[in-house]
Amino acid sequence: MTLGLINANPVVHAKKERVARTEDLHGDDAVDPLEIYDFVRDIRDPEHPYSLEQLSVLSEESITVDDKLGRILITFTPTIQHCSMATVIGLCLRVKLKHYFPPHYKVDIKVSPGSHANEESVNKQLNDKERVAAALENPNLRQLVDECLYSNDL
Amino acid sequence: MAAPGQLIQLIESFVSLSRSPSQQAASLDTIASLVKNDVLTMKGLVREMEMYLTATDNVIRARGILLLGEVLLSLPSKPLDNTTIHSLMEFFTDRLADWKALRGALVGCLALMRRKSTAGMVTSSDAKAAAHCFLQDLQVQSLGQHDRKLCFELLECLLERYPSAVAPLGDELIYGICEAIDAEKDPQCLMLTFHIVELLVRLFPDPSGPLASFVGDLFEILGCYFPIHFTHPKGEDLDIKRDDLARALMSALSSTPLFEPFAIPLLLEKLSSSLPFAKVDSLMYLNSCTLKYGAERMEKHAEAIWLSIKDAIYTSLQGPALSSTSEYLDSLGFQENEIAREALALLQQVIMQNNGLFLGFIIKDEDVNMILNTVTHYERYNDIPSQGKLKLHAVGCILSISTKSSITSCNRVFESFFPRLMEILGLSVRNSSGVHSPNDNHLLSKRLNFGVLYLCVELLSAHRDLIAGSKEIASQYVSAFETCYCMLQSYSTSLTKAFCSTLATTPHDAHIHFGVKGLQILATFPGDVSPIPISEFEKILITFMSIISVNFSETLKWKLALKALVNIGSFIDRYHESEKVSSYMGLVVEKIVSLVSLDDLTMPFPLKLEAISGIGTSGLNYMLNIVQGLEEAIYANVSEVYVHGNLKSAEITVRLLECYSNKVLPWIHDNGGNEGVLLRFPVNIWNQIESSVDFSVQVQEKELLDAMMTAMRHAVAFCTEESQNKIIQKAYSILSLSTSFPLKEFTSLTIPFQLDWRQLTQRIDNLSHRDEWILLLFASVVIAVRPQTHIPNVKGILYLFMTTLLKGYLPAGQALGSMVNKMGTKSSGSEISSDCTLEEALDIIFQMKLWNQIHSLCSGMANGSEMGDTDLCPSVANNRLHQIHAIAGLSWIGKGLLLRGHEKIRDVTKIFLDFLPSNNRMDALPLKHHSLENSFEHDLHPSVMKSAADAFRILMSDSEVCLNREFHAIIRPLYKQRFFSTMMPILQHLIMKNDSSFSRSMLYRAFAHIISDTPLIAILSEAKLLPILLDCLSMLNKDIQDKHSLYRLLLVLSGILTDKNGQKAAIENARLVVNCLTGLIAYPHKMLVRETAIQCLVAMSELPHARIYPMRIQVLRAISKALDDPKSAVRREAVRCRQAWASLA
Repeated sequence: MTLGLINANPVVHAKKERVARTEDLHGDDAVDPLEIYDFVRDIRDPEHPYSLEQLSVLSEESITVDDKLGRILITFTPTIQHCSMATVIGLCLRVKLKHYFPPHYKVDIKVSPGSHANEESVNKQLNDKERVAAALENPNLRQLVDECLYSNDL
Repeated sequence: MAAPGQLIQLIESFVSLSRSPSQQAASLDTIASLVKNDVLTMKGLVREMEMYLTATDNVIRARGILLLGEVLLSLPSKPLDNTTIHSLMEFFTDRLADWKALRGALVGCLALMRRKSTAGMVTSSDAKAAAHCFLQDLQVQSLGQHDRKLCFELLECLLERYPSAVAPLGDELIYGICEAIDAEKDPQCLMLTFHIVELLVRLFPDPSGPLASFVGDLFEILGCYFPIHFTHPKGEDLDIKRDDLARALMSALSSTPLFEPFAIPLLLEKLSSSLPFAKVDSLMYLNSCTLKYGAERMEKHAEAIWLSIKDAIYTSLQGPALSSTSEYLDSLGFQENEIAREALALLQQVIMQNNGLFLGFIIKDEDVNMILNTVTHYERYNDIPSQGKLKLHAVGCILSISTKSSITSCNRVFESFFPRLMEILGLSVRNSSGVHSPNDNHLLSKRLNFGVLYLCVELLSAHRDLIAGSKEIASQYVSAFETCYCMLQSYSTSLTKAFCSTLATTPHDAHIHFGVKGLQILATFPGDVSPIPISEFEKILITFMSIISVNFSETLKWKLALKALVNIGSFIDRYHESEKVSSYMGLVVEKIVSLVSLDDLTMPFPLKLEAISGIGTSGLNYMLNIVQGLEEAIYANVSEVYVHGNLKSAEITVRLLECYSNKVLPWIHDNGGNEGVLLRFPVNIWNQIESSVDFSVQVQEKELLDAMMTAMRHAVAFCTEESQNKIIQKAYSILSLSTSFPLKEFTSLTIPFQLDWRQLTQRIDNLSHRDEWILLLFASVVIAVRPQTHIPNVKGILYLFMTTLLKGYLPAGQALGSMVNKMGTKSSGSEISSDCTLEEALDIIFQMKLWNQIHSLCSGMANGSEMGDTDLCPSVANNRLHQIHAIAGLSWIGKGLLLRGHEKIRDVTKIFLDFLPSNNRMDALPLKHHSLENSFEHDLHPSVMKSAADAFRILMSDSEVCLNREFHAIIRPLYKQRFFSTMMPILQHLIMKNDSSFSRSMLYRAFAHIISDTPLIAILSEAKLLPILLDCLSMLNKDIQDKHSLYRLLLVLSGILTDKNGQKAAIENARLVVNCLTGLIAYPHKMLVRETAIQCLVAMSELPHARIYPMRIQVLRAISKALDDPKSAVRREAVRCRQAWASLA
């Protein structure tokens, strides 16, 4: 059991202005990184009452989409190298996209290279279907994830 | 006289704390009305209440005294004699010392002191005694909020109404007030305390009087409130805002010059605060104090004030505004803000008060001079660093405000800065002969320095504003040959030249903006003080005009030039400068008119029209000229079309007509109008048609005809009744000359006339183009006339329109609708045979039975006395078309009736409903007729039924073409609601009775049309309509052609779901609503439908949990498909919706 916060004093960045898109009434709008970013930017950090956007864990550039192949790759950057919350953040991203994105997209979630001490194991854990499912069966973890997704204190 | 027992009971019920507040209020009212109606005297009441007023129990005594006070408060105009008032006042004054029963005493004192002299007033000795008692016995700050408020009101009342009584109290009064208001915190009380200070200061105006020794204390009490920091949450103290408090404090602080040594340093100190509202407040307070304290007292602070103002302006200017228009260049891209505005207002105030001193500061100021020295580096706008822009703009503002303040300050600013600026620009003084020195041209070839150009234009503009602002200044200005006038005059020629050459050479937006502005300012000095001679003025106009006609590819320059021209035009028009007006007329207006009439293809036609309509708006006289030119161009082009069928001219004419009806006509109408002009156009158009007998429009110019009809409608609609009469007479004479229209024969028709009529109509079968034009333009005239206008041969025209209507001329139907809408109900008294009343007209319309004429003929079924006449029966398809036309026409007639609220609308709707199949009618009929009716039903083609259902849309929706306010329709208020509530039960009944799916769908259509156009508030009261509405939605869901109707109906549903009353209905039908909406989520034809459906589902998620929880799975399943929608807007809503429903668990 860790005592106290893992990163007690994170750097908080300003929220970016939401851009209203110009509506194109004809033709279809493909899924783009900004749209996904709009979904996930407001997820709360498991430790602090700030959004992932504010803590600069996510940015629009860290998301890539291939609409034709139906693949989404999200790379996030934990605030500190040995952050044990990285897996929780990844789990939150996965749950949110699972709920709010059509199931035919394959979502890959990774920590950005060099940003975490156990980079490989974290990546493996986050993209392992069984382990994700198992993690969500754990009531404590589930509660933590739900709090991050649906919290209103931002 | 009320029984004593009853009175005691009333008193008891007020005094007793166990009664509810409403009971207490009721007993108070009863007692007050007893006294008011003289049933009970005041004396009697006091005697009756004796034991309550003197009770030793604190609560009873307090309530008793309060009752007496409240009774007095509610009788402010009841006359009372002096002894009563005196003894009551004495009593209440005495009670002020009784702190346990204070409220009643305060209320009583206040009520008595506020009395008007007519009803008996408190004497001044009593008032003085009360004041004395108040000051001696009351510890205001130890009381509760409401009591404090009463205390302050009492003080305010004493100071305001009995100043002579309280003034002798002197020091005691001032000290008491200081003590009472010290450390007050409640906003309502603060408003009063600020006002009390103001009154107190007014009471002791003498600077060496009793107030002098207390000024420091008073200021200490007030000063700590500045700047007002008001954090009360909303909802509390609803009536008091921060601004009110700030204003009250401002008038208290500026009430006496004695505050000066304390106030000004405080204000200057707070000006350097970082809080924006503190800055704004300080500047406002300084402004007000400057005015009140006077120049002498302010002089010693002058320098500090100047530095603070400068500082405030520099620091408050913010980064570039995100605007793409050229307007932002006016302020060099800096946003207007409150601090700078207040600072400049203060600067103007102090300059006006102490001219020499502040101008001295400005002229000697380092920053200002530095800018003038460095300005030479600012060649181009884009080269200037943002810091430099800021300083430049700040200096521009300061100089501009000081120039604007007065004529002397204007002189000084010009003296000190203008020659320097001119020198940098390299401009020379105009020499007396008007011939320029040779090196002028050389200098002008190089580009003007931007910084100087900017400052120059700012100075000129401020100068112009000063002079144009007031007549007195202007006259003094010329007679005295003020310095600035002479100076400007001597440089004006070279300035004009410099600005012109700037426009000609530079490609930079900023340069162009200020070049145009400079020229515009030079051209808009009032006539007698203008620094430039008329020849220069003309030169400026020519420069702008050449930009308009040549440089149209440079959008910004072109727009600015046009705007400047409009500006100059309206300026000289406003100042009635006949000489300039005539040159403007010649150089600008006539040139622009000739542009339009020329077949010059270099300049794009839309730009020509923009220029012409723009210039026109600068003054009525110009507009009249322009209208004439425009009309001539239209006539020329139209005759080209008539005679040669020239396609190109047709296109131009359409544009011209659009410009005429959309821009020119409304402007003329809004600006006083000119009957002659409005009348001329329609009459000329008719003349032209009359004269062109061989109408060779080969091409069917539908667009041209439409534009012509629109212009005709608008022109006629703006005319007065008299002119309309002329137009319609003219039009009628041309109409009746045409042989295709058997108007005369129509007139002689009598009822029954069917056979003759049918023969006559055959003549209309093949209308020539010319006749078609005449007919439709005539219909346009009829649509636009006022109700009072006399239409000749009404019966004949009715027949004509009804006949042509069947041929598919929709405007004929609209004209019929307009006619029945505006017709008088009883004969206007004139004995013309063709004149007919509304009733007669309706008889004619309904007896013709247009809608089943042909149907009945073809089916061979006798309808009344009707005979089968197969000769006249065209093919079945043609027949169907006729029916559709007849229905469309009838719906316009119905709309006319509906708008005026005529009862015949019932008959019209009944006819429509008869077209909608309903098997309940069959049920009602005897069996014998069954087969006949069946054949009738069978005969109706679906498209005919559909058009009958769609007729309801015409009935309900607002039209732009006819039957609206612009075309003088008679419109009864709430007609939509009324129609809605009469139609709904009928439709509901029909829908209920009907079980064939097709006929139901038709009824649903009609229902959807009605409900989509009804105001939501009416629909909300009919909760039981929701299920039918949902059925409608599912029905409309099937056909792609109905997507617009579907969307409109869905909007009604979303309106219902977001309303409180509507939600109740939605709760009852929750499952139906959800079923329907989930069906619409995947609607493929319209994105807005999908989006709205999902938004409706979000609204549904707010309903009570128990009711909607069962639908959760269904909704989530449907939504998951929408997450993959091709449109991102829909996906976004889907996510919101999913979140809302998922969190229901």
